[in-house]
Amino acid sequence: MRRLPLYLMLSIAALMVLFPLLVMLSTSLKPLDEINHGSLFALPQDPTLAAWTKAWGGACISGTCRGLSVWFANSFAIVLPALFCSLALGALTGYALSLRTARWVDMLFAALLIGLFIPPQVTLYPMIVLVREMGLFGTLGGLVFAHTVWGLAFVTLLFRNFFLSVPRDLLKAARIDGAGFLATFWHVMLPLSLPVCAVALVLQFTYIWNDFILGLTFAGPGQQPVTVALNVLAGSQFGQQEYNVNMAATMIAALPTILVYLLSGRLFVRGIAAGAVKG
Amino acid sequence: MAKGRVQLHGVMKSFGAVDVIKGVDLEIAPGELTVFVGPSGCGKSTLLRLVSGLELPTGGSIMIGDRDVTLVHPSERGIAMVFQSYALYPHMSVAENMGFGLKIAGLPKNLIKEKVARAAEILQLTPLLDRKPRALSGGQRQRVAIGRCIVREPEVFLFDEPLSNLDAALRGQMRVEIARLHAKLGATMIYVTHDQVEAMTLATRIVVLNAGRVEQIGAPIELYRHPANLFVAGFIGSPRMNFMDGLVDGAEADSVSVRLNGATLRLPRHNADVRPGAKVTVGIRPEHFRVGPGVDAGDDQAVEFDSVIDLVERLGGETLAHLRMPSLSDGVLVVKMSGDIALRIGTGLRVGVRLAQCHLFDAQGRAVGEPGSRAAVAA
Repeated sequence: MRRLPLYLMLSIAALMVLFPLLVMLSTSLKPLDEINHGSLFALPQDPTLAAWTKAWGGACISGTCRGLSVWFANSFAIVLPALFCSLALGALTGYALSLRTARWVDMLFAALLIGLFIPPQVTLYPMIVLVREMGLFGTLGGLVFAHTVWGLAFVTLLFRNFFLSVPRDLLKAARIDGAGFLATFWHVMLPLSLPVCAVALVLQFTYIWNDFILGLTFAGPGQQPVTVALNVLAGSQFGQQEYNVNMAATMIAALPTILVYLLSGRLFVRGIAAGAVKG
Repeated sequence: MAKGRVQLHGVMKSFGAVDVIKGVDLEIAPGELTVFVGPSGCGKSTLLRLVSGLELPTGGSIMIGDRDVTLVHPSERGIAMVFQSYALYPHMSVAENMGFGLKIAGLPKNLIKEKVARAAEILQLTPLLDRKPRALSGGQRQRVAIGRCIVREPEVFLFDEPLSNLDAALRGQMRVEIARLHAKLGATMIYVTHDQVEAMTLATRIVVLNAGRVEQIGAPIELYRHPANLFVAGFIGSPRMNFMDGLVDGAEADSVSVRLNGATLRLPRHNADVRPGAKVTVGIRPEHFRVGPGVDAGDDQAVEFDSVIDLVERLGGETLAHLRMPSLSDGVLVVKMSGDIALRIGTGLRVGVRLAQCHLFDAQGRAVGEPGSRAAVAA
């Protein structure tokens, strides 16, 4: 009972965070009539999944009336290769930087860190030019490239700092065992960094999935991610706003990140702890 | 057959402006267990890493067997190394740890399994092959690290302070196991330690290093009996040798008279240049003192001192007495007696030592006489 105030505080905090979500959920389950005539906070009198079905498969976005499902698939087509590229490249770069073979390696790392503090909006235009010159503008490859580049600084930082904590003797033992740069990375360093991989995966997935500006800028027609579609749907100026469909669509768009967090939650915590305590 | 022979010629290593190894010449015969010993920072671990190839020398050459391996990659030198931290791969089982080098070398799986099984049997690791390193005790981990070496069938085994992370009891046990393993395999081994007990018990030959240079090379007992200089005399033996300042009274062709603490000692001279009036150091090991009233009275082969007991350490099996001498200004004298002896602090004690067991060093710290080699006569 002495902990009652603690639980009370936590419950209030949780409620504050969850309340908008609850309103969204309840609204998405109401028919449009009920929304127009009732209170925003009232629970649905006659719950229905009609708005969800419409949001998923029937809503009209940019002229096609097949709902979010198309865009949902687009998002996966962007996230999966971008995730793979940024993790693979970041892990390898982090490993190379963690070896600190020369003094300028640390300066290189410092230069890379600057990338972490510059918001993508600042470098958006040069990036557009770069991608255009590569002949990738408006293609899936161009978008994946942009995501990889923007994620690289962060993922590299994560892996480098973890690899620095790996005892140097392990690298020496691998050298004596005849493992070269890549073999040591593949057989020794990468398996050790699984918890860090989980952290990078969750954060990068969230970041890329939730991205709007890069998707809007770089994706070609028909390849735009679900976030762009959501904006089109909710920002539509024609006819009556279907709040229930908008809410359902937003929930659907947010579902994958929630699932990724829940599924990798334990690994995620272990990975954050891995930086502090060596296991 | 030069397999397993290791030769260093003028090996030097600098890190930036710091010279860590200042020219080492050394030849290790096949099958020898050579121990590099010295205080921390003397360069013993660096020298081992130069042999392993983890560091490249800035000068000189290194031969293993008949090959010049100075610039050869560590994995192709025919060496294997045990690290102080074990350096086992945490995510691999014991068997995978031991077989990793062979896997990288591209050996077929069944052959790897066979070799790992054989090494595991030698080290009694067979029941542990499927365990992960974190499920093993310190001693077991160290055995796996040794097993990883055996599997590679190297010409030379390298040990970098392998027992430093173990507690005292286990260290003694592992020391015996390593000695047994050396006898069984008959392979050349180089062993780095700062612990002179490990050096004395394990080594075929000891290389004493100090400040990047070799001070003396020799069999353990040889270093104990005939230290070439003050450094080796002070480093080998525990408790360390007592040093007393003396003055040369007279020098003849084969002997030197030294004035020390009111007595005059005639000690044999060996090779160094000592003139009358020169400052010298007399070294006496704690265990060479004999204690009691008039122990050496009338013996012209011995010398006696009066002292006052300053401190007593009773270890049961032996007793260490720290003595002050009225005429000895610098420091105390440590005397080691076998058995448990009750001594009262502040009381007087008369100690004697045979001249044959006195070591003499000149002002540069070089050994002047070889104790035990010739009879010394007290004047």
